[in-house]
Amino acid sequence: MSAEITAVTARPAAGRKSPLRTLTQTEFVLFVRERTGPAWAVGFPVLLLIIFGAIPGFRKPVIAADPQLSVLDSYVPILLAFALAMISLNVVPPVLAGYREKGVLRRLATTPVGPFRVVAAQLLVDAALAAVSMIIVLLVARLGYSVPFPRQAGGFVLAIVLGGVALLGLGLLLASVATTSRAANAAGAILFFPMMFFAGLWLPIAAMPKVLQHISHITPLGAAVQAMTDAWQGTFPHPLQIVALACYAVALPVAAAKLFRWE
Amino acid sequence: MPPAIEVVNLRKRYAGTVAVRDVSFSVEQGEIFGIVGPNGAGKTTTVECIEGLRHADGGTITVLGLSPGREHDRNQLRQRLGVQLQDSGLPERLRVGEALRLYSSFYDNPADWRELMSVLGLTDSESKRFGKLSGGQRQRLSIALSLVGRPDVVVLDELTTGLDPQARRDTWALIEGVRARGTTVLLVTHFMEEAERLCDRVAVIDAGRVVALDTPAALAAAADTEQRIRFRPATAFDDSLLTSLPDVTRLERHGEMVTVTGTDNVVNAVTSVLASHGIVAEQLRVDQASLEDAFVALVGRLSNIQEGTPDVR
Repeated sequence: MSAEITAVTARPAAGRKSPLRTLTQTEFVLFVRERTGPAWAVGFPVLLLIIFGAIPGFRKPVIAADPQLSVLDSYVPILLAFALAMISLNVVPPVLAGYREKGVLRRLATTPVGPFRVVAAQLLVDAALAAVSMIIVLLVARLGYSVPFPRQAGGFVLAIVLGGVALLGLGLLLASVATTSRAANAAGAILFFPMMFFAGLWLPIAAMPKVLQHISHITPLGAAVQAMTDAWQGTFPHPLQIVALACYAVALPVAAAKLFRWE
Repeated sequence: MPPAIEVVNLRKRYAGTVAVRDVSFSVEQGEIFGIVGPNGAGKTTTVECIEGLRHADGGTITVLGLSPGREHDRNQLRQRLGVQLQDSGLPERLRVGEALRLYSSFYDNPADWRELMSVLGLTDSESKRFGKLSGGQRQRLSIALSLVGRPDVVVLDELTTGLDPQARRDTWALIEGVRARGTTVLLVTHFMEEAERLCDRVAVIDAGRVVALDTPAALAAAADTEQRIRFRPATAFDDSLLTSLPDVTRLERHGEMVTVTGTDNVVNAVTSVLASHGIVAEQLRVDQASLEDAFVALVGRLSNIQEGTPDVR
């Protein structure tokens, strides 16, 4: 064996991919290999859409409110928020806390790329998966149930981007403070349900009592759903929602970056 | 040639406890240098400071002319310093080949990872997930990853912990091969046999200080005050035959075996007396002091290193 190792040759550096690219590909492969992860995170929002679409009353226009929107229409922004929350709260925290727990970050700290890039790679993969999950919901809603695309596209994209940054930031924050993958998983699940409640998953925001509506409008997902709903109806989102989302989109990632422990 | 690693008066404190009190040593280029010591002696903390994973509270460290404590130097050093940590730190679902390819993408001038994989006997496990590997396979992968950047210096912490005797010997041969390539090796171990077999020089660390530093043979010789010979006499003889000799200090009998302890000349004295009395000494064995004896003499605690539990960080 000793004779052989002296012969191990150098590989020319030319044509090598950047480490971030290789890391991102690796993170994606690892995510897919998890099997239940992708199926659940990407498939569940669209499955929920199909279930809601099968309920007869959901496709009729709502008489009292805006005549253009059916119950199903009003559920699409909620399902988009749901897709975002699935990835941000149920995937990001356990994966990254697990990387710290298992010494993956520490091992990378001894290499030229450092531990930061693997976190970046993981967040890139998660953002892409959230985007794919949301695009699937939008397309199935449009093609399968004739739900129109949002009429105020700029306001819609702004709401999605701010909401996405805020939610991924929240996921990262949970990964920062949780010491184990298990704890991070639990923290994500505990936040998931109240946040989805205020996003209107069980009770549409418009149907909530006034107090709950006010609370909803300043939660990250509630603000995102309200902003998206505004955009659907053709108006630019209310400044309150945009300001709330922007605050979260700045504060949560900054807090996560400050609190993140590499080991 | 400047030393590959130079540590001068290293000091490192954690909340409440001093992990490293005062450690100094230098490792020459192309050397295999060992650090041994009981659990909690400060071995791992010392190498973590060298690796740049921890900041020293005092003293200076120079690795390949660079200072691991300075960020700019540290970034350069990462290209040239290979590291094997006590825990391997890979995702469970990552496959062997993927891990090697990924890590080789981190370095400017990497080794051919397929070749490295074959040298380490991992080719058959290329598509095996890290979580499914045996202890020996994990260890070999972790060694491969520490070498994939073609480092000038490699730091190996608890290299063969958890390996069976054959895998341990294979790993030793591998490390000798690494050195033959010109790589400097810093080895943290709690196996005295490993240090004795592999290391050119050994630093014994206890309670955060270097208590001895020399070649394994010199350390053993320094601790060696007595010689011991053991044999089974073919015919019975009276103890006084040997205890009357000036070179003999002690004689013990365990069943049929006789153990005689004495000064440097005891072997000569005993064998000539036995020969002159026509007593054949069967299964004759002369015990030489080993690094382990030296370690016990220096540290006075062998029990906790034999348990084989790696340091708790």
